[in-house]
Amino acid sequence: MKRLLKGGRVVDPASGIDGRHDVLIDGDRIVRVGPDLPADGAEVVEIPASLVVCPGFIDMHVHLREPGQEHKETVATGAAAAVAGGFTAVACMPNTSPVNDNANVTAFILAKAAEAGLARVYPIGAVSRGSKGELLADIAELKQAGCVAITDDGHPVATALLMRRAMEYAGMFGMPLIEHCEDPTLKGDAVAHEGYHAAALGLRGMPGAAEALGVERGVLLSELTGSAFHVAHMSARVSLRAVRKGKEAGVRVTCEVAPHHFTLTDESLASPIPYDTNVKMNPPLREVADRDAMLAGLADGSVDAIATDHAPHHYDEKKVEFDRAPFGIVGLETAVSLALDRLVHTGLVRLPRLVELLSVNPARILRVAGGTLAAGAPADITIVAPDLKVRIEAAALRSRSKNTPFDGWELRGGVAATLVGGRTVFVNPAIGLKRL
Amino acid sequence: MSAPVTTRVDDPPAVTALRSKDLLGIADLTPEEISLILDTAEAMKEVGERPIKKVPALRGKTVVNLFFEPSTRTRTSFEIAEKRLSADTLNIAVASSSVVKGETLADTALNLEAMRPDMIVLRHSSSGACHLLSRICRSAIINAGDGMHEHPTQALLDAFTIRERKKRLAGLKVAIIGDLLHSRVLRSNIHLLTRMGSDVWVCGPPTLIPADIARFGVRATSVIDEAVADADVIMLLRVQLERMEGSFFPSLREYFSVFGMTEARLARARPDAIIMHPGPMNRGVEIASEVADGPYSVILEQVANGVAVRMAVLYLLSGGASDEAAA
Repeated sequence: MKRLLKGGRVVDPASGIDGRHDVLIDGDRIVRVGPDLPADGAEVVEIPASLVVCPGFIDMHVHLREPGQEHKETVATGAAAAVAGGFTAVACMPNTSPVNDNANVTAFILAKAAEAGLARVYPIGAVSRGSKGELLADIAELKQAGCVAITDDGHPVATALLMRRAMEYAGMFGMPLIEHCEDPTLKGDAVAHEGYHAAALGLRGMPGAAEALGVERGVLLSELTGSAFHVAHMSARVSLRAVRKGKEAGVRVTCEVAPHHFTLTDESLASPIPYDTNVKMNPPLREVADRDAMLAGLADGSVDAIATDHAPHHYDEKKVEFDRAPFGIVGLETAVSLALDRLVHTGLVRLPRLVELLSVNPARILRVAGGTLAAGAPADITIVAPDLKVRIEAAALRSRSKNTPFDGWELRGGVAATLVGGRTVFVNPAIGLKRL
Repeated sequence: MSAPVTTRVDDPPAVTALRSKDLLGIADLTPEEISLILDTAEAMKEVGERPIKKVPALRGKTVVNLFFEPSTRTRTSFEIAEKRLSADTLNIAVASSSVVKGETLADTALNLEAMRPDMIVLRHSSSGACHLLSRICRSAIINAGDGMHEHPTQALLDAFTIRERKKRLAGLKVAIIGDLLHSRVLRSNIHLLTRMGSDVWVCGPPTLIPADIARFGVRATSVIDEAVADADVIMLLRVQLERMEGSFFPSLREYFSVFGMTEARLARARPDAIIMHPGPMNRGVEIASEVADGPYSVILEQVANGVAVRMAVLYLLSGGASDEAAA
């Protein structure tokens, strides 16, 4: 079955396209993109000129919690949240229970994803067995089963030696090592960014240097091994400096920034709700200079990707003393609105650059399909409504968990529709695209 | 109801009630509210000097003292204050509570709340525990020390003691010396003293100075003679023996030699300087016994004033001032 998305602004930086174009889809593939394509028997879907047709967004850092923590999220609820947030694909972290350190767990996750039939799910395997930092996981089998990268996320890889070996070994399959960058001794039992607000509230703080030490280690080992190294959820300006230096030296280092780290600062610890456990995440919300550095990196190209670090937690787990609450917030359904509001409408980032951050670069880093609307590419499409007025309602999120600090926020920009493999998997009722 | 409040003629408070239902920290108080509490405490102190140390101000009110950390001084002080105001009091200590069975703080609070206490005095090891309770409970929450955050009644009793001795807070040089990083007493005192116009200096090893300390409006130094020079008030903070040695400084002996308050160091302060300590003291670590027991020491006055200050806080938060206005 053929469909023609007619009208709308098409932004496909991989093909150098930014303008009024039509997109012709046949089954699960894109056939052609061009101005005023003939219907030629295809079903025509009129796209209003105010909407932007983009290659499907890919969130390369989410926690889907299944197997083992289904009270927080499942692959199905996470995939539903993903498509509602404009993501046609997500890469899920291995810190499930059991850990995704073998092909059986990977196959289980992929089976659940197929059953849900919404977003594409790319599992990420563990670096070490049980993510314990001792013995290498079965990396070749993980790759064969469908894992696209390795990480011990939640924690840094325990030792430099293990990290070196994992990079060398995974490098043979072209798999990047994704690192939760952190020196655990410098972080200690901290629960917030080390700065004025944590000091005033009596919360133990971790400095940006604790993260940057992990970045520096990874950059050096990437240089040593020649393997790709990706910095997860970067938050500190000193980390960005280390990434830039690595890139200048030709090291294969890339990095991602989460929406909360380019939107919020550690001031959120104190207001509007003091000690709100929904502003507790690791890495923590940093100070203004760090947030501004993330914005600058997103604008100038030194940051490669926006990834949410979607980390669902049940409200019981968050309704405790701040230092006892788990780290993390949900992000899949707020990311695109935050990016449009804080990056595009502020003039920092133009739409083609935003599509690179959300689609082109994640596909390139993970070496997965997508990131383009070129002929023959999978028909994974995100249609964005840049001027839509969005009010975030935690209770209305599709994610099983509602732990967001953005409840009640009013933002400019949202998702109109999401197509995965040519199938419409989400239409925003506030836009109501006909016949999509 | 006969309210035991008298208003000082020379310094009338600009307010007659506290805005918040809770006392979570000094950071939430205005200078006028601080003055109101201190003035009210003066009247309360007079109650403690009567042969019959009891007034009916809190008759029929239920106050729960919920202590998740061991405390002798603070809990006793609150309990005496509550009894002098005729409140019905109940003490819950962590060892005998259902918390050991794994109940969350939120559930403990909801269960207590169901029995309709008027006030909950909370001591907890987590910073922000009082804020959590305040969001859950309609009862007034009084912070009796939360983690490394605040200990507001301690700062109020310190201020009361200083004011009694020096007749003012504004313009005084106050040096606070010791473990600054882990101290809730420090944070409350900084908020209070800077609001009231004191010149606050803090001093300790760099490993025990909180990040971005300058933003608190204080002068920080690791040179003790600088902090002590011409000080009107010297406040020593407890060094947590069990977890400090070897990690934040090399040894207690070395700590005392660099930061211990000795008579020789005290000589640099103003001749009428007073020495304070929130207790419990480590003699020979942060303070020499000769200093702790010396004529300039007001450490036991602090303890005595704690009861009056806590009576004032309990009274004001029970709606005392508004009762009076209605009468």
